[in-house]
Amino acid sequence: MSGGPAYSEYHPRWFRPRVSTYWWLSRRSYLAFILRELSSIFVVWFVVYMLLLVRAVSQGDASYRQFLDWSARAPVLVLNVVTLFFLVYHSITWFNLAPQAMVVHVGPRRVPALVIAGSNYLAWVLTSAILAWLLLGG
Amino acid sequence: MADRITLQVARYRPEENAEGPTFQEYEVPCPKDWVVLDGLNYVKDQLDGTLSYRWSCRMGICGSCGMTVNGEPKLTCATFLADYAPGPVRVEPLRNFPVVRDLVSEIGDFMRKLATVKPWIIRDTDKPLSEGEYRQTPAQLENYKQFSMCINCMLCYAACPVYGLDPKFIGPAAIALAQRYNLDSRDEGAGERLEILSQHEGIWGCTFVGECTKVCPKNVDPAGAIQRYKLHAAVETMKTFFMPRGAR
Repeated sequence: MSGGPAYSEYHPRWFRPRVSTYWWLSRRSYLAFILRELSSIFVVWFVVYMLLLVRAVSQGDASYRQFLDWSARAPVLVLNVVTLFFLVYHSITWFNLAPQAMVVHVGPRRVPALVIAGSNYLAWVLTSAILAWLLLGG
Repeated sequence: MADRITLQVARYRPEENAEGPTFQEYEVPCPKDWVVLDGLNYVKDQLDGTLSYRWSCRMGICGSCGMTVNGEPKLTCATFLADYAPGPVRVEPLRNFPVVRDLVSEIGDFMRKLATVKPWIIRDTDKPLSEGEYRQTPAQLENYKQFSMCINCMLCYAACPVYGLDPKFIGPAAIALAQRYNLDSRDEGAGERLEILSQHEGIWGCTFVGECTKVCPKNVDPAGAIQRYKLHAAVETMKTFFMPRGAR
């Protein structure tokens, strides 16, 4: 090294490590977190897709048929399959995190984390079952 | 089991390493009861007295010996060398902090942030001494005890990518300690802390990665503290919109 010790006025020069652009690949848990954040985009797409569906239904039979044809196209199908994966991932990861954010007491006792996460899953299954019953057989 | 193990220790000497840290290898004994800190002490005492690092109690209380061991933030006094056999074991300073020398991090940023959240009991009016102590029930103690276990080791800061990317973020331990006092039945300073913690660099900076909780050696759960604080802050904000001042 040239120029002698790198001392500033009051202390030796600190080394300041830089965070890599690819920090999220350095740990599995960071990658899981980034995927959870990314899943929000697919949640938005799911909402938009549902609104488009509602609009098509409201505009009559021809419009609804046109929407179904458009939905059957390969790119839209692929997008919706990926969206389904991310929606499930989004739901599972947030249900698993819920006990950390929710502290529920019944009398003096704190409700265990398993019960809080489990009640979220139960509500999910029940809602899905009711919707399936309404759409398929009700 | 191997009777010796190689430590790859990050060396940063400002007067020599202009480009940043380099690694130096030391072979140290590896009995089953030796922790990484024992290995570093062996290096310091027997092999290379120029190595710099922090440590004090050697029993997971002082929080001084936090370092990065094979990529994970760890208390080196509670991390056994034998768990990494046959090695090597890579020892680096805590991430997300500037490095002063070798394994010594600059922790001033954390110390300043800690003071901003007022981690002490705040009273509107103090009782006279003649009225005795502020008594608590076991249930009231249990309410905040988990968060009072924090030893300021800063492993949570080293694991937090938000703090690494945005050093203005107050960070996990400081928020957990604020919550420790907010939940204390003797404290009346929650409003003062909320002003600081409800800023963007406070609780809302946290994106709930959750790594702070995973690496905490005392099971403090800073991520949980921050999420609960968010809920509390949101409720308080709603109250300002919908409830008259006297009823909040």
